[in-house]
Amino acid sequence: MIEIDNLTIRFAAGQRPVVRNISFGVEKGAAFGLVGESGCGKSTVLRAISGLNPNYQGSIELDGDILDRRRDRPFFRRVQMVFQDPYGSLHPRKTIRSQLKEPLRNQGLATGSMDVDALLRSVGLDPSLSYRFPHQLSGGQRQRVAIARALVLNPAVLLLDEPTSALDVSVQAEILNLLDDLRRERGLTYLLVSHDLAVVSHMCSRVAIMEAGEIVEQVNIERLRKGEVEHPYSQRLLRASRTYGKQREVVA
Amino acid sequence: MSSSLIDVSNLEIAFGGGSVRAVRGVSFSLGQEKLGIVGESGSGKSTVGRAIMRLLPPTAMVSAERMSFRDVDLLKVDEREMMTIRGRRIGLILQDPKYSLNPVMRIGEQIAETYRLHYPKASAKQAHGQTLEMLDAVKIREVERVARLYPHEISGGMGQRVMIAMMLIAEPEVLIADEPTSALDVTVRLEILALLDELVARRNLGLIFISHDLNLVRNFCDRVLIMYAGRVVEVLEARDLDKARHPYTQGLLASLPSIDDPPARLPILKRDPSWLDGKILERTR
Repeated sequence: MIEIDNLTIRFAAGQRPVVRNISFGVEKGAAFGLVGESGCGKSTVLRAISGLNPNYQGSIELDGDILDRRRDRPFFRRVQMVFQDPYGSLHPRKTIRSQLKEPLRNQGLATGSMDVDALLRSVGLDPSLSYRFPHQLSGGQRQRVAIARALVLNPAVLLLDEPTSALDVSVQAEILNLLDDLRRERGLTYLLVSHDLAVVSHMCSRVAIMEAGEIVEQVNIERLRKGEVEHPYSQRLLRASRTYGKQREVVA
Repeated sequence: MSSSLIDVSNLEIAFGGGSVRAVRGVSFSLGQEKLGIVGESGSGKSTVGRAIMRLLPPTAMVSAERMSFRDVDLLKVDEREMMTIRGRRIGLILQDPKYSLNPVMRIGEQIAETYRLHYPKASAKQAHGQTLEMLDAVKIREVERVARLYPHEISGGMGQRVMIAMMLIAEPEVLIADEPTSALDVTVRLEILALLDELVARRNLGLIFISHDLNLVRNFCDRVLIMYAGRVVEVLEARDLDKARHPYTQGLLASLPSIDDPPARLPILKRDPSWLDGKILERTR
């Protein structure tokens, strides 16, 4: 569904590259994870794919077509993005109902026949919330709205940038379950960026581990669970993420 | 615990003229140990920490049967005396060093400033020497160079080390760490925790570690208070967290995704209204 070939990304033309020569592919209907620590370039990759940063070399292929540097309208019917902080990504002074219609307006489509209530129910929200403003919702509810908005145009691909990092673990569990269900029901393809290896291994079947702008290793989740990672950085990351849930000796 | 550092009994904190009860009947005592306070956003855990430091806004209504630090009654003490406690005898480390450090002042100067505030008789040279020593204690290499840097020139992990250095330079007896590692990456997080652990042990500090992260607290603390909706619902030894009896604690633990044996679906916390007023489950050895 997505093929990234030899992608190098800069923040501006002529500047030092922040992501260097990365390649990976995501199958249709699969969930692929990009993990790494802050500053490794994982979100930058998502932003390049979504068209937010056109300063890249190499090719980004969607369903067999190589994308133009400038994304056209139909692109956004196929690919949508969910950001980390639903506070920042929702308009503070528009009602939920009006924001959910925005993708249709952007595409020049009629909004009259849109069933906002059904959409809200599909992400587990009560339709009566649709006349509220974002500040009248909890963090988890806001993230559900952001997911609903990404689904309005019936895209094939969702780009998820740390979708649960701003949430409590109990709410994170609800959102991860929701994303999982939606992927199955709608046959969506996910590209999930996270710093949390546990979240990625819960959601994805394959993961690329990034360090300092490069993919150091790609591995299937089963192998990751068995600890079969080769690159020293992947081993370190896996060890740190595991330590974290287990024996106290390692920390002390 | 005969030598308790902080003693809190039946602490109540309300906002909005009493309409929002943020903390309800919280009691605990802190000795020379690492006490974790865990809960979700809005459970009141940070509010407890701020009440001890007397950093709540004037609109907050604080009452308690007892809230004391050693022999100081934190409910009655005036602001002038509080100044000799806050920072000097009880230190506070916040989540994000980016917002806690002064962006236009060199790191060394900021730490030295703290030192001279608490030890007004110290000379500039003394303060500088102490600063370098402290930076060294938090395992920063090339202390001379780092002391001359500005906050934007250092990483998040190093920023948090600087914050710890700044808090410890006054040699407090109690440290309140409010989500000190939440803004950091996992690998850096472990380094900071190991450092805190070492410093707390070596200096015989009492540590209150406020966090939403159960795994972290389980690894790091001795004892844990679990807070839900402003109340402590369960108290237990950190190593016994797996044996937690309160459904809320159990639910929080179950909702964590795991690398090793992931369930097909994550169990979801079903909130029971009885948790709001049920009894406190306690298990201590």
